[in-house]
Amino acid sequence: MDFSLPTEPMNHKRKNPDPSPDSDESTTQLSSPFPDEVLERVLSLLNSRKDRNSVSLVCKDWYDAERWSRTHVFIGNCYSVSPEILTRRFPNIRSVTLKGKPRFSDFDLVPPKWGAYVHSWLLVFATKYHFLEELRLKRMTVSDENLKLLALSFPNFKALSLLSCDGFSTDGLASITTHCKNLTELDIQENDIDDKSGKWLSCFPENFMSLEVLNFANLNSDVNFEALERLVSRCKSLKVLKVNENMTLEQLHRLLVLAPHLRELGTGSLLQELTPRQHSELKSAFNNCKNLNMLSGFYEVTSIFLPVLYPACTSLTFLNLSYAALRSDELSNLLVHCPLLQRLWVLDSVEDEGLEAVGSNCPLLEELRVFPASDPFEDEILHGVTEAGFLAVSYGCKKLHYVLYFCRQMTNAAVATIVQNCPDFTHFRLCIMNPRQPDYQTNEPMDEAFGAVVKTCTKLRRLAVSGLLTDLTFEYIGKYANNLETLSVAFAGSSDRGMECVLKGCPKLRKLEIRDCPFGNAALLSSFRKYESMRSLWMSGCKVTMDGCRLLAQEMPRLNVEVIRECGNDGFQADKLYVYRSVAGPRKDAPSFVLTL
Amino acid sequence: MDATLGLLGGGGGGSVGGSSGASTNESTVSKVEQDFVAMSSEASSYPPEAELELGLGLSLGSGGAMKANKGCAWGERGRILTAKDFPSVVSHASRFSDRANPVASVGAVSGTKRAADSVSQEGTGSPPGASQVVGWPPIRAYRMNSLVNQAKSQRAEEEKEIDETDKSNDPSKKKIYTKTDTAAKEKGQLGFVKVNMDGVPIGRKVDLNAHSCYDSLAQMLEDMFFRSTTTVNSRGGEKEQVTQPSKLLDSSSEFVLTYEDKEGDWMLVGDVPWGMFLTSVKRLRIMRTSEANGLGTRFQERNERQRSKPI
Repeated sequence: MDFSLPTEPMNHKRKNPDPSPDSDESTTQLSSPFPDEVLERVLSLLNSRKDRNSVSLVCKDWYDAERWSRTHVFIGNCYSVSPEILTRRFPNIRSVTLKGKPRFSDFDLVPPKWGAYVHSWLLVFATKYHFLEELRLKRMTVSDENLKLLALSFPNFKALSLLSCDGFSTDGLASITTHCKNLTELDIQENDIDDKSGKWLSCFPENFMSLEVLNFANLNSDVNFEALERLVSRCKSLKVLKVNENMTLEQLHRLLVLAPHLRELGTGSLLQELTPRQHSELKSAFNNCKNLNMLSGFYEVTSIFLPVLYPACTSLTFLNLSYAALRSDELSNLLVHCPLLQRLWVLDSVEDEGLEAVGSNCPLLEELRVFPASDPFEDEILHGVTEAGFLAVSYGCKKLHYVLYFCRQMTNAAVATIVQNCPDFTHFRLCIMNPRQPDYQTNEPMDEAFGAVVKTCTKLRRLAVSGLLTDLTFEYIGKYANNLETLSVAFAGSSDRGMECVLKGCPKLRKLEIRDCPFGNAALLSSFRKYESMRSLWMSGCKVTMDGCRLLAQEMPRLNVEVIRECGNDGFQADKLYVYRSVAGPRKDAPSFVLTL
Repeated sequence: MDATLGLLGGGGGGSVGGSSGASTNESTVSKVEQDFVAMSSEASSYPPEAELELGLGLSLGSGGAMKANKGCAWGERGRILTAKDFPSVVSHASRFSDRANPVASVGAVSGTKRAADSVSQEGTGSPPGASQVVGWPPIRAYRMNSLVNQAKSQRAEEEKEIDETDKSNDPSKKKIYTKTDTAAKEKGQLGFVKVNMDGVPIGRKVDLNAHSCYDSLAQMLEDMFFRSTTTVNSRGGEKEQVTQPSKLLDSSSEFVLTYEDKEGDWMLVGDVPWGMFLTSVKRLRIMRTSEANGLGTRFQERNERQRSKPI
């Protein structure tokens, strides 16, 4: 839940009868025994939004105290609420996190210009949240005008984070760097940016010193290195610096010398020759970085470079090598120096042997992500990772609880063993890259694998399934996955029954995203009330029809039932369905290809 | 797929008991049911396809795989989509989209985030009937683009590096994770060729330049494919078996080693002098002897013609 949407009248009765006979409450003061100020002070210490949601449901006084004291709001679906409703309820917000498009838009399943515009939000914030300090956007459409408005409207603005957004250019960034005098964080990640030039970096004023986080790894244009150098030397509090690919090793060295206190470093391209002098200089610079706990970047790394990092690895907790096609021996040699590693992202170029090294060297590992090194279906077949690698990690890393694993083969037995070894999984995302592929040893469906996962991992919150799966998988999920919040399904299931089982079970389900499964209207409509307790449902390439969707829309007026209509669609099938609860009513900014039913 | 009929608990055969709490009037029910009658024929086509895929998943080398199949068998599966794939989606019978709507309609409006290489996929040997699935595997466009760009320049750098740097890096384990365009599909100056083995879905690559004779090559391949459960240590670490004369070159084995030459013909490895072999080989295949026999005549003819030196 993003924040609670009370559907029942506020309870005005006192929940806690006042034990003190000396209480001088007047009879009109029915609720809390605490003065409002005290309550607000206490509640202001609450950070968890789940706790805050609970608090707001206790009674009207607590609801009010909570809303006045809340400074950060998280909106998981920008269309679930309107900026007007938000600002009315929470007057003192300093920090907003907004998420827009459905997650499958990352994989090109949502057409461009679908929506999720930050514009209407910024207009309202500009008048209501004058003291806004932080804005974090994910999968939103942001324009350069929006960024300019942002830069000019909020004198205290400190932190901007844009992840998987689109619609803006580096000109927009220049507005931010020019005008935001108090900026501490500029974090630009994986966006679809119109990258015109690196001039935005030079727009930081010469007396600007407050930057703590700078991540421009996403951008390809060269920035003025001297300007960057001056910036880094001025900003003594700089903790996170992630540069783009164009940074040379020489430049990296100079930056490291200026900022040895960095906590997180993202390197540029490392595919350069190193003279022995450069080698030892860099090694020494890394040696001086005593606070480094995250390393990323590593575009085009060579073996020769890696040993330079070894001194810096001793305190590393997060290593992101997911852009570096390392071999197993290279990874192995590196990991020997990273005993404290908790999070590791790699490419499957490291193969099973590389993962064995993970198991042997990283006992504290909690999160592992293995991405495919290249198009796995091109003519050049690369080895990648198999169930053996995952098994090896599970034997060595008992604290593992988050895995994202792209592989070409898997077996039920391996997964069962893996979860025996690591029963504390909270996030289990397995992608067997060939759709509908069975257990390659037994040729059976992968039902028992995911059955083992949900039965054993009682803390499981997020699950992505793959391989050949029948309805049995979903029976297991519905029956056992009591803490599951997010489920991603593709090319799976045999009938409506599969989806029905999930909807009937999984009491904590919030996000369900389905593609290319044989689930139709019967499944969609089997537990339609459930959708109001969820953030959203996505179904594409399934068997739902427009009529089924219309029925759902009819039955559940507080849901937005949207169908994305593709050209060539015959008007009968609902090829892409997006259902989400909302207190803001139907979208007012829907493009013509989005039908709200 | 009876579950799709009798959707709303109303009439019709094969209803799913208590499947929903929807309360609608009869006319809607019957209308929707009619819809499902139309749909059920689609639905029932589902299971046979699943079986078909199962069969293919198992033994990729079986059946008509002998057609000089440029695309690897994996090419028939879903692939990471790039913009250039969109046009061909229309023409291919997409196995993963068994709806009335062709996947093309999806492709037509899909976003343009994926890198659109100008090189067309058409000539790269994707076998006819290759299904190309939008947005699968689920990797963010940004990551895919980065990998593609990185791989191309990495290969360029690598080739430069080979000239400059020393031989301390074991050549047989050089980074080979590159995405190449059509022109570079053949082995580059590094001497890597693809090796596939019948019945094994995942192929490997070997650097032919690391070998000076057939025996050494065959030994390496045997290590790769026949001892796949043990870690192959190319530094000559613990090998479980003493080096023996290669089975692959011995016609009594269950498998034979073949290669595709520049003219697209499949030949038995070992027929020509090593040097000549190096210049003409495009890729290798470890084939079941039974299959090789099936085309034995052609092989034998060529063997007779070309056998000039014994191995």
